[in-house]
Amino acid sequence: MTSDKSGSRVTGLVFNPWNLLLLLPFIALFTPLYNQTEPELIGLPFFYWFQFVIILLGVLSTLLVYRMTRSARTVPPPDDGPDVDELDEGSVR
Amino acid sequence: MQWVELIVFSLLFLLVTVLGFVASRWRAAASLDHLDEWGLGGRKFGSWITWFLIGGDLYTAYTFVAVPALLFGAGAMGFFALPYTIIAYPLVFLPVLRMWSVSRARGYVTPADFVRGRYGSSLLALLVAITGIVATMPYIALQLVGLEAVLRSMGFNGAGFLGHLPLLIAFVILALYTYQSGLRAPALIAFVKDILIYVVILVAVIYLPAKLGGWGSIFDAAGEKFAETPSPADGVLLGPTNQLQYATLAFGSALALFLYPHSVTGILASRGRDVLKRNMSALPAYSFLLGMLALLGFAAIAAGTTPIVNNATGRPDSNTIIPELFNTEFPSWFAGIAFAAIGIGALVPAAIMSIAAANLWTRNVYKEYVHRDATPAQEAKQAKLASLVVKFGAVAFIVFIDPQYAIDLQLIGGVIILQTLPAVAIALYTRWLHRWALVAGWVVGLGWGMILLYDIPNPASGRAHFGGSALALDKLNLFGWQPFAGSQVQIYVGFVALVANLLVAVVVTLVIRRTKVSNGVDATVDADYHVDEHDKELRAIGS
Repeated sequence: MTSDKSGSRVTGLVFNPWNLLLLLPFIALFTPLYNQTEPELIGLPFFYWFQFVIILLGVLSTLLVYRMTRSARTVPPPDDGPDVDELDEGSVR
Repeated sequence: MQWVELIVFSLLFLLVTVLGFVASRWRAAASLDHLDEWGLGGRKFGSWITWFLIGGDLYTAYTFVAVPALLFGAGAMGFFALPYTIIAYPLVFLPVLRMWSVSRARGYVTPADFVRGRYGSSLLALLVAITGIVATMPYIALQLVGLEAVLRSMGFNGAGFLGHLPLLIAFVILALYTYQSGLRAPALIAFVKDILIYVVILVAVIYLPAKLGGWGSIFDAAGEKFAETPSPADGVLLGPTNQLQYATLAFGSALALFLYPHSVTGILASRGRDVLKRNMSALPAYSFLLGMLALLGFAAIAAGTTPIVNNATGRPDSNTIIPELFNTEFPSWFAGIAFAAIGIGALVPAAIMSIAAANLWTRNVYKEYVHRDATPAQEAKQAKLASLVVKFGAVAFIVFIDPQYAIDLQLIGGVIILQTLPAVAIALYTRWLHRWALVAGWVVGLGWGMILLYDIPNPASGRAHFGGSALALDKLNLFGWQPFAGSQVQIYVGFVALVANLLVAVVVTLVIRRTKVSNGVDATVDADYHVDEHDKELRAIGS
């Protein structure tokens, strides 16, 4: 059940825990959480202003993931000599 | 005829027309005769241009008139556009980077190019390409609906061919500069469009509540309106039956958003991965705008706005709610700016969508089946011509066929584009799903989705078929077995069809792996999914 490409050993799928932050904005899908009128904010029912607040949550989560994963490269820079594909996984730091 | 509005509108329209033609020389390469240049603007847009381009691409004129109209008519349900655009960016943050990298490394121009390379299957690529074109065409037609709503509010509300003439003129101009400048035209025009939209909406959300007695009284007026209607589905809050629909529609729409070819075009036109990452945090600014605009649908209730009757169809056009609100509540010159913002807002996505559809046609049909040895210059020429065909097809749709069909087809488009998710998005991560299983899943998801949509009536408009995307769970019927008989809870059809698609794909994969049927050859390597702009040995653009 492996893929047809047995030659290449670089999986490239490096899991970074910071990526889990991307799940936070999905609370926008749980409508029972916010489908109510009170408390109001400048006349806006909770239903409406709360979803505006989740926009900020989405911005923060993507921003944090960007900042926190910036230095972590999933593949070594292909600068020295051999093609990335030929690198043995053991030699990749 | 409303002369002040018309003059302001025409001046701004003239400005973007000039920009559209000048764009061909903007940061131009030596030659535009390559799809990397004409179709993707040279693959070198930085953070700001990408932000304006994708923002102008995803938040279309139709969105700007239809979402508030939905809140005006049905209340809270219409606000699904907000959770939809909130989760879309965190959802695609990681896959979009892989899509950009593999396309940059291999020179892919369309999502179907990627499928072709990943599975070595021109059939699967063709299915993805056709799905993309079919889903995009009515979307372009809807931009015309948005533009026409504005034109009719300004007084161009004639019947017959004369009523459509202003629309035709606007589109001929658009078609000409898109032909000449390619993706650079909408990229440059998007600056004007988005700045106008921001100014108009920010002024409106401050000015209108002040004039109408504050948000409190606006929501009171909306609550009264919905209390008087017999329908239990409307109201300023969600009811017991439409919460699942709200969540699944938002989720399904978010999944579909970056499967649309025009979204992928915007992504691939950017310079590098960091540009995209930054934009995933910056694009929600448009969601904020959309949310505020949506609330103007309630302001229109409080202001007593009534939709104007479209003299071409003889029916009240609910899409004229927002133009009419600006018409009645604001000074003429400001209404003119608002109309221009919506009108130009129609041109940007229409241009990008027609370019995306033209790219699909050229790369995955023309080059694959008609002219295998096409040179890059011939590809660019073919795509330019295809973009003209696509645009005039959309105009013909609006002029000769009832615009209502465009709305129905766009509804279908959202459901069917979602069925390419396994072949495009999942394939970015794994080739575990077999290519023939993907074909099977696509057939089932698409077929069942269409059947379910066909069977949905709309009591409000008295239509028996294609009445919406909300399916009562009661109607869910698997060969006679009704798992949720009696339930009136509603769910998004696209979501149901996608689940069926995935199940079929998994089951068929398990079966087919016991046979010796080939899963095709993968032309991509794992490192392709991580390349970035400054990597050495990167494929040269336009080669």
